[in-house]
Amino acid sequence: QGKFTLLRDTRTDGSFLVHHFLSFYLRAGCKVCFVALLQSFSHYNIVAQKLGVSLAAAKERGQLVFLEGLKSCLDLLFGEEEQPGQPSPLQFLSTSDLRALFDFVRVSLAPSAGDSWKGPVLLVDDLSVLLSLGAAPVAVLDFIHYCRMSVCCQLKGNIVVLVHSNEDSEDEENELLVNALCHHSDLILWAEGLATGFCKDVHGQIKIIKRLSLRQAGEQDLVQIYQYKIQDRNVTFFARGLSAAVL
Amino acid sequence: LVFTEEDKYGLYSNLLFKYFLAEGIVCGHDLFVASAKEHPDKILKELPAPLLDDTYGKELGDEAAAKSEDSQDSMKIAWRYQNLPKMEASPTTYTKFGHYYDVSKKMSPELCQSVKWHSFYLHEELSSEPKMKAWSMNSGYARLLQSIQKIISQEGFDGSDPQKKQRNILRIGIHSLGSILWGDGVCCSDNPEDPHSLTKFLYVLRGLLRKSLSACIITVPAHLIQNKAIMERVTNLSDMVVGLESFIGSERETNPLYKDYHGLVHVHQIPRLNSLICDVSDTKDLAFRLKRKLFTIERLHLPPDLSDTVSRASKQDLAGSAKLLSSGCGAMAIGKKHLDF
Repeated sequence: QGKFTLLRDTRTDGSFLVHHFLSFYLRAGCKVCFVALLQSFSHYNIVAQKLGVSLAAAKERGQLVFLEGLKSCLDLLFGEEEQPGQPSPLQFLSTSDLRALFDFVRVSLAPSAGDSWKGPVLLVDDLSVLLSLGAAPVAVLDFIHYCRMSVCCQLKGNIVVLVHSNEDSEDEENELLVNALCHHSDLILWAEGLATGFCKDVHGQIKIIKRLSLRQAGEQDLVQIYQYKIQDRNVTFFARGLSAAVL
Repeated sequence: LVFTEEDKYGLYSNLLFKYFLAEGIVCGHDLFVASAKEHPDKILKELPAPLLDDTYGKELGDEAAAKSEDSQDSMKIAWRYQNLPKMEASPTTYTKFGHYYDVSKKMSPELCQSVKWHSFYLHEELSSEPKMKAWSMNSGYARLLQSIQKIISQEGFDGSDPQKKQRNILRIGIHSLGSILWGDGVCCSDNPEDPHSLTKFLYVLRGLLRKSLSACIITVPAHLIQNKAIMERVTNLSDMVVGLESFIGSERETNPLYKDYHGLVHVHQIPRLNSLICDVSDTKDLAFRLKRKLFTIERLHLPPDLSDTVSRASKQDLAGSAKLLSSGCGAMAIGKKHLDF
């Protein structure tokens, strides 16, 4: 409860973690607000069906609030004039202000009468896109901060956020964002491509960092490293060097 | 969204661009060509002619192909390159996918006219002044997006016209995006005035593509973009990223390792759509060459080492030092020769 999980990927695509958390929380009966900036709804829907969850049904019964970034931005730019008092959550495209996005999150996760869902969850895929769309890194950090206060502290919910990072990256704004988020996360799941290059049997390695040092002074962070291989409906994890291809 | 990094002189990426459009014509897709440098009419006149002779194709083993999926919401055309099979493999292991083109001949005008095509030539469009909402984006890009969106909704590529029974695909080709000719300063300096125009443009384009039955290829002079952060962001926003590196004018031209080829193909990213996994080929070393009639992309392999004097170690050295030289570590490259393992 009240945890902030950071998903991070380097040299590889960490979106399988997003799909996992989405279906995990929906199956657990939580109310999920999914800010999907990078892919269309049908992409997530098709993968979720392979994992055993139907996003369309979840949307119907009000368990899932889905913000499809690509579609909303088209509506904003090509649609008719918006009604006053109903600003689009993607307004930062023209105004560089993420407040409307935060309001959207807050309103969608606010508990309403008749809701029987366990704990609210905010899922964001992915935060680095906000920088590409003109938001300043400080604005993005403020947005996350507001979301944490609202979702984690007030509503005792969880937040899961995906960011991209690259070693030797020249994108300073992104590195700033990622470092700041790392310091404030309770749990970091870091998917990395193998340093030795591409391999068919081992798609990458995942580092799980439990930030125990955040909660209690003097505690060390717990780091676990596994390697993984992604399959059509599943991801298999194994200890380093023990992939099925080797044994 | 196929994102192609141009080679230094733009020769080979132009070829790839034309292949994409030519394939569209042969498959009967509609075309949309946007350019700031050459007039789209001129580009269309120079498309390679399709080869209709089957036997010619069987001799080679390599081609550029397109695969289309028909679905209402998310329409993608994946761009697959098939590698040259091993030399001793029989020709039957190779499958035919798409069409071949003869680079030495131009496509006949009747074939070009057989499909509907739309063009966007920046300098013509800029002279007219339509109404535009405040988009906080480079005006050339904004106008291009409006034009694409207009075509998509008018011609019903987004499924807005339920009466239309025959659904077709729109192939969009955008030439040399990000260059100074589009009015974007990213190629000029490390700290351009508006670093977000290109990425915003790509995001909106991605939205348009996802919403309609269309596919797009963009070529970008990546070697001119000095701000590498923008290239990283652009890679994140594209489905497929391919880089072409030609050997013209570089030290690799005389490198015996590469004597059969004209350049390298770097596949930086492949699309991962509607699934957890993506389709990865066995090898990532691809090279291309332009023969008199054909442009082929093949697996890069070392030619057999037949000479007595040249040892294998020095050949590897050459490859190693060529790589190091290109990344600017000249001193290190010379030192490597003396390193013994």
